[in-house]
Amino acid sequence: MKTNTVSPNPNLPKCPTGIGGLDEITGGGLPAGRPTLICGSAGSGKTMLAMEFLVRGATQYGEPGVFVMFEENAAELTANVRSLGFDLEKLAAQKKLVLDHVHIERSEIEETGEYDLEGLFIRLGHAVKSIGAKRVVLDTVEALFAGLPNHAILRAELRRLFRWLKDHGLTAVITGERGEQSLTRYGLEEYVADCVIILDQRIQEQISTRRLRVLKYRGSAHGTNEYPFLIGERGISVLPITSLRLDHQASAKRIPTGIARLDEMLGAKGVFRGSSVLVSGSPGTGKTSVAAKFVDAACRRDERVLLFAYEESSAQIVRNMGSIGIDLGAWVKKGLLQIHSSRPTLHGLEQHLVMMHDAVRGFRPSVVVVDPISNLSLDRNELEVKPTLMRLVDFLKQQQITTLFTSLTAGGGETPEDSQLGVSSLMDTWLLLRNVEFNGERNRTIYVLKSRGMAHSNQVREFVLSDKGIDLVDVYLGAERVLTGTARVAQEERERAAAALREEDHQRRMKQLANRRKAIEAQIAALRSEAELEAAEVAFTIARETLQQRSARQSTDVMAQLRGADKTGGSRKRGKR
Amino acid sequence: MSNALTFELRLYVAGQTAKSLAACANLKRICETHLAGQYRLEIIDLTKNPKLAAGDQILALPTLVRRLPKPVKKIIGDLSNEERVLVGLDVRPV
Repeated sequence: MKTNTVSPNPNLPKCPTGIGGLDEITGGGLPAGRPTLICGSAGSGKTMLAMEFLVRGATQYGEPGVFVMFEENAAELTANVRSLGFDLEKLAAQKKLVLDHVHIERSEIEETGEYDLEGLFIRLGHAVKSIGAKRVVLDTVEALFAGLPNHAILRAELRRLFRWLKDHGLTAVITGERGEQSLTRYGLEEYVADCVIILDQRIQEQISTRRLRVLKYRGSAHGTNEYPFLIGERGISVLPITSLRLDHQASAKRIPTGIARLDEMLGAKGVFRGSSVLVSGSPGTGKTSVAAKFVDAACRRDERVLLFAYEESSAQIVRNMGSIGIDLGAWVKKGLLQIHSSRPTLHGLEQHLVMMHDAVRGFRPSVVVVDPISNLSLDRNELEVKPTLMRLVDFLKQQQITTLFTSLTAGGGETPEDSQLGVSSLMDTWLLLRNVEFNGERNRTIYVLKSRGMAHSNQVREFVLSDKGIDLVDVYLGAERVLTGTARVAQEERERAAAALREEDHQRRMKQLANRRKAIEAQIAALRSEAELEAAEVAFTIARETLQQRSARQSTDVMAQLRGADKTGGSRKRGKR
Repeated sequence: MSNALTFELRLYVAGQTAKSLAACANLKRICETHLAGQYRLEIIDLTKNPKLAAGDQILALPTLVRRLPKPVKKIIGDLSNEERVLVGLDVRPV
């Protein structure tokens, strides 16, 4: 996982803890061969962290470890960490782990004269030697302060102990109870100066969140923020992120949303793989239905889907989505869909995110749906919520997981866009669902408010939920208003009637035109025949006159012959008639 | 104090340090003075036998453990204060 990891310093050898996220913050782990102090108040997870450090060392890094406990005994500790899946008995049998319970009962002890804690050294040395340990945990060495009356000797011996640990090249974790004035109640930080990690459990608005901070790390850069962490089923995971870089891959592949018309609106192909989609709307606008359709479509493609539900139980979701023809139960059975239902108040926001991380890492989905994300933030400050959501979105994008978040906006607002300004900048595609109340009914509309990197529709569509599923219908865009529902149907009916009327009118006019054309054509024919008649008349007259003229000339010639006229002087053209 | 073996004592030390030697000497003297014939003493050098440290929960050295009579009592230090050793062993009722 790439996060804001600190580049490892080659000069300072580090000892990986194997704890998810912690190695990223510390740039590779705890300082090898040196003691690290982990302090925190009661119940902050010190022992768990220390134990996981040892167990991971023994199982993953081939470094056996010794756990010296001053408070719990071996049986108690074994039982406690079994919930994290650590089998200490097995590790002890494999000679990878030694548990040593050091216990002092103040009432049994009488002091007389000089003494030292050589016994502790001998026990520790023996345990280390017996398995070749590289790691040591001293779980609340401070318990000694209660058991031994002479603190001067104790302090001197502790100093010697830490020196001894360093001399033996042991990577040690020392836990300490958080003090009021100082870091630890007995000032252990005085002796352990190489690396100090603070664990904290804070309650904010009745919700507790565990946090971890690396206070100091001598000779190494480290993340300085407070990082939320979780003690889950697979151990501790720390959320190391505020991703400083935006370097995730951008896929050009598109995946359909499961609603054909919606895909059409999104450049005809759907959303980009690995992008984040926000579906926001006031109550009852159909956000969950859009999400369910999205889930259904992904499962149909044989992709794994993780659904985080913060409003309904998984059974309720399956039932409700069945009513619009989406059978999520089948996908759950097939193992393609996991539904994680919980109340958002169960943990703080950060804790939820850590849980999501855990779930995502465990299930490896290609689609994650959060319904709704707004519940996670509840009444919290937007400024506080945004960075945490950014962490989640970045994390999911790094994994190329397509995400769909639904978000509840306050109903009836003039501009629902405003209410989502915080998270919207993190989202690539934003679908807005709105209720349109008009004409005594309420109808759902949907439009694409933004969608990065694609030519998307700017049209408002009506969003119709039925037992057949989801359908998008064009709304009626009339003068100055959008009509939906029955108003749209009525309007469409009116339009159809008007259209039919117009059609008839057209036909009538076409007929008229045809008639007129026919009349004109008849007239033309009449005129033409008249003209032909006249032409014939003229031709006849001409013919007749020519004939007359010829016959006249012939008779003149004959006359001239008869009169013996001069041959040369004859033949003078005479005028007509 | 009729029972011959009332006290079962163990002294844990680490090697031949000044404190170890002092503790041994002090203990032997006290026992011989106050518990002659009533005790059994075992001296355990943890540098030779480190495994034994866990059994009696030994941390500080030297430690004198009164295993019998019950309850178990521990006296840490070089046992230089005879009075306190005797109080610790319940030898002289206060």
